[in-house]
Amino acid sequence: MHRALGYVWGTIIVLLLWWLLALLANSPALPTPLDTLPDVVDNWDAIVPQLGISFLRIIEAMAIGTILGAPLGLMLGRSTRADAVLGPVVYVLYPLPKIVILPVLFVLFGIGGEAKVILIAIAVFFQMLVTMRDAAHAIPPSTIEAMRSLGANRLQMFVHVTVPATLPDLFTALRITTGTAVAILFIAESMAGSTGLGYYIMHAWSLLEYTQMFAGIVAFAIMGVILYEAFDFAERRLARR
Amino acid sequence: MSFLEVNNICLDYSVKEGQTHALDDVSFSVGEGESVAIIGPSGCGKSSLLKIIQGLVPATSGTVTLKGETVDRPARDIALILQDFGLLPWRTCAKNVGIALQIRGYARDERRERVEKMLELVELSDMARAYPSQLSGGMKQRLAIARALAVDTKLLLMDEPLSALDALLRERMQERLLALWQSQGYAQIIVTHSIEEAVFLGQRIIVFSPRPGHIVDIIENPLCASAGFRSTEAFFSQVEYLRELLREDADDPASEVRHA
Repeated sequence: MHRALGYVWGTIIVLLLWWLLALLANSPALPTPLDTLPDVVDNWDAIVPQLGISFLRIIEAMAIGTILGAPLGLMLGRSTRADAVLGPVVYVLYPLPKIVILPVLFVLFGIGGEAKVILIAIAVFFQMLVTMRDAAHAIPPSTIEAMRSLGANRLQMFVHVTVPATLPDLFTALRITTGTAVAILFIAESMAGSTGLGYYIMHAWSLLEYTQMFAGIVAFAIMGVILYEAFDFAERRLARR
Repeated sequence: MSFLEVNNICLDYSVKEGQTHALDDVSFSVGEGESVAIIGPSGCGKSSLLKIIQGLVPATSGTVTLKGETVDRPARDIALILQDFGLLPWRTCAKNVGIALQIRGYARDERRERVEKMLELVELSDMARAYPSQLSGGMKQRLAIARALAVDTKLLLMDEPLSALDALLRERMQERLLALWQSQGYAQIIVTHSIEEAVFLGQRIIVFSPRPGHIVDIIENPLCASAGFRSTEAFFSQVEYLRELLREDADDPASEVRHA
């Protein structure tokens, strides 16, 4: 309940700031919330399918990136040998902004959904890998020693120590990568293709339909909040320090 | 042949400056159900010795045998309680005890039964659903003991078990440790740097030198565990004797030479 009130309060403040900025800017590119609201309602039927497409892309990409990146990260964090071999490769690739390979993916996979999902999955993969590697590395040696002394084998160590010890970091990483994923999705969708919220927003922009454009932006914000809340909910249910 | 035999254990390990000689030809034995205290200055390799005895860490040379069988991996019959206990913060107390049984493959029903019994033994039954972070230092210690004893442990190794407790609690925990040992019949080795603790808890007291750790003397302490021992003349004279011994050894120029 407290949380819901927090969202109401947060939304009111954001809307007020938006309003203030719109008044100060006095430009058709920044309509007031009151001008935008009817458009959100009017265009709702057009927005929802685009929202659904974008949402699905994010979910797919994050699932792929996490399923591949998190276990590999845990492995690198727990195995000095694997880290010595693969660690340097990660250092070289991690700082590379993944968005720059978007044109390559468009060539390889076309301008449909696949290239976009793959690009986001790659970005999520690297963030997951690095975060989970550090998280696994940070497990206190005494915890590991105590479990080994109880006779735990590698699998038991993974299931009973590595996974539960790093679960909170997984959720933190999921929340942080949500921001990255949504940003990349917007760029990818607005660059090419004719589906998704990013396309919707840039299409409205090209038609000078600024209130419609803002309706799309609001939908984007809603998508971000839903994802963030979903991960937060899952974390409260699953992880405990 | 004794229950536990520690034969000629040496331990070297590499540090930045080269090789460190941590343990030097350590040999002793422990009888079934016996309580042995190991005392010595910090950094004399006592903790490493416990890990070697349990099979957690290999020695550079020498052997450990339990009931005639060589220990070369974490032994089922030996439980090791590390200095900071290594409790799992995301598990409740009951589940922290349960993990030992889970790893050793006990069935669910038996697990529940044993966990209950163990928590009762260390008087933590009402904290079964609490998390380790909600426990005091003494309670954490007891929880670690419950976990260690849950699997029919024949030998309990404790690394400075009470060093984190304040003086009053420490005496009470010493009495608890003694009572548990008397009622449960396991053998134990307790590493400590408190002379009083060694005299109170050890039927035999093994005195270690500074690094490289080697045995200076093994003292028989037959009055250990007798009623009211802590306030007897014998207790104080034993403490005094040990204090002299440890002081002499620290002053011994030979130990300096070895250190260099």
